Amino acid sequence: MTTAIKENLDVYLQSFRELERRGKVPEWLARIRTEAIERFLDLGFPTPRDEEWKYTNVASIARTPFEPAPAVPAERAAERIATHALAQLDCPRLVFVNGKPVPELSSLGGLEAGVKVMSLEKAVASGTEPVEQYLARTADPATHPFVALNTAFLQDGAWVEIPKRTALSKPIYLLYVTLPGSKPTVTYPRNVVLIGRESQATLIEGYLSLGDSAYLTNAVTEIIVEENSVLEYVKLQSESPAAFHVATVKMQQARNASAHATTVTLGARLAREETASVLDGEGGEATLNGLYVLTGEQHVDNHTTLDHAKAHCSSRELYKGILEGRSTGVFNGKIIVRPDAQKTDSKQSNKNLLLSEDATINTKPQLEIYADDVKCTHGATVGQIDAEALFYLRSRGISQREARNLLTVAFANDVLDKIKYAYLRERLKASVLERLATQP
Amino acid sequence: MLLEIKNLHAKVGGNEILKGIDLKVGLGEVHAIMGPNGSGKSTLAQVLAGRDVYAVTEGEVLYEGKNLLEMAPEDRAREGVFMAFQYPVEIPGVSNTYFLRTARNAIRKHHGQEEMDAMDFLTFIREKMKLLEMDESLMTRPVNEGFSGGEKKRNEIFQMAVLEPKLAILDETDSGLDIDALKIVARGVNAMRSKDRSMIVVTHYQRLLNYIVPDFVHVLSDGRIVKSGRKELALELEQKGYGWLEGAVNATA
Repeated sequence: MTTAIKENLDVYLQSFRELERRGKVPEWLARIRTEAIERFLDLGFPTPRDEEWKYTNVASIARTPFEPAPAVPAERAAERIATHALAQLDCPRLVFVNGKPVPELSSLGGLEAGVKVMSLEKAVASGTEPVEQYLARTADPATHPFVALNTAFLQDGAWVEIPKRTALSKPIYLLYVTLPGSKPTVTYPRNVVLIGRESQATLIEGYLSLGDSAYLTNAVTEIIVEENSVLEYVKLQSESPAAFHVATVKMQQARNASAHATTVTLGARLAREETASVLDGEGGEATLNGLYVLTGEQHVDNHTTLDHAKAHCSSRELYKGILEGRSTGVFNGKIIVRPDAQKTDSKQSNKNLLLSEDATINTKPQLEIYADDVKCTHGATVGQIDAEALFYLRSRGISQREARNLLTVAFANDVLDKIKYAYLRERLKASVLERLATQP
Repeated sequence: MLLEIKNLHAKVGGNEILKGIDLKVGLGEVHAIMGPNGSGKSTLAQVLAGRDVYAVTEGEVLYEGKNLLEMAPEDRAREGVFMAFQYPVEIPGVSNTYFLRTARNAIRKHHGQEEMDAMDFLTFIREKMKLLEMDESLMTRPVNEGFSGGEKKRNEIFQMAVLEPKLAILDETDSGLDIDALKIVARGVNAMRSKDRSMIVVTHYQRLLNYIVPDFVHVLSDGRIVKSGRKELALELEQKGYGWLEGAVNATA
């Protein structure tokens, strides 16, 4: 019985040595990376025998010899990005192509005074940004092999700092674009986001691809939401149909902080989306919503954790899935209520629409409650398009295909309608609709 | 003749519900179909609308001379068949206005007419909303979701007013309505009466026919039409009850 794959890890060690030789980084970062690679070599890649990875087999990731993604000339990327609807958001943006920031494609005008949005590598090199204080604190490399791998190989990503008492008028868009080559490549985006106290911000993290060959995105985002702040976070994953995408988003919320996260998954051959928030101060509110629209052989595993560490916090969770073809989905929603977290109010719901007989969903709530005065509910549904509703629409003259799409989009809109940034919400609805329309 | 039903048999599961229905509906006529519970009234309405849980085992239905039973539900609707549901379906996530505009445009497109944009459509439905006392809020809410029983029935007749069918089938639209709601519904239906539109009004109760006065009344019992007559038949039925006719069936059998 083995819960980890440890063959071929030498390749990673060699790459790591190479990385060490190439780049000069501060001693504190070198230490974090070294600890992380050691941790990764120790953990190895998980197998389905590991309960946390029961339904998601990453053997194909473990087997593939990924190479670092090559740099791409800005003009070439620009031309391709211009055609992508979800790349055209009307807000300050930092665009990365194959893991590296491309200033020509980025535009950071119009940010409020004191707001910092910059390349993480630059923030580290500057020596003036408090990166050391926050990096690898919220997302722990010690227990998670992919977080460990990301940390070991982290080079770049975004450093975002919103000062206290600052309300952003526009969202900040972090866009990661992959232009895959002939060989499988890998990028390790790492974002550190700090929302100062009594501030308000919308952050969008997007993953797009401009090709259809295999690559791995292993991303980690750490978000600190300080006291009495409000964050809306939207993750949009529209990688290529051949891509692997493993991402961890970890939020840490202080007293009275509110975070509303929505994860929209349209892409990747295999995706693992881990989204977690620690409610670490009284009066906090967290919402984790998600929508996954899958087809073909896609596999998407949404793992969420709501960790109620302090009293008087509330959390809401709504994940909805639309599965076609032979796609498979996983929803694992963990809610932890620590002994101090009295008066916790938590609701979780996972609803799935199976549009084909060969699609599968594994859904599992996981409640660990150590306090006695709490309200926690959870529920899951799996169903098909409602035949009565379909007939009702058709009996009014709407074609079967259009009626199905209408009902499916309505199912999805339940999640998308809760996104507050209207511009993105409408684009996402259009993308989902387009996605459904192109399905057989 | 707009609609011609000949020897129609239909079953659901293994049970035969319709056992040979014959009915002719001319253009501009209003026919009431009455009968006790379980007589097959609603089945007849649903078969005409194209609900596929019912299997037609025998007979035929001609609509404007075409075989109605071969047409998909949406094609029937586009050709002018409309059924007001006995139990309107709730559709979360789809606004009433959007749903109706999509439906109306599908029908317009079918007839080679230009589709209506959102603004034109709103102007178009305003008057019909007034007729059925449809509150503005009912239009922006998801279809039938959270509507009261009366609001749902009104919404059905409102849809009929918007879609302007040639043949309207009202399946127990009066059931469960209080007298005020019934009057609003009847007013909406009467406003739609025209020499170019026929109606089949399915009801269990005679009460509705005080407000929507039919040209013909048919009594359905055990899957067959056992008696047909003019509007007076409804009154006679009210006095004598359905038992009177069930007796008649047995006598003729």
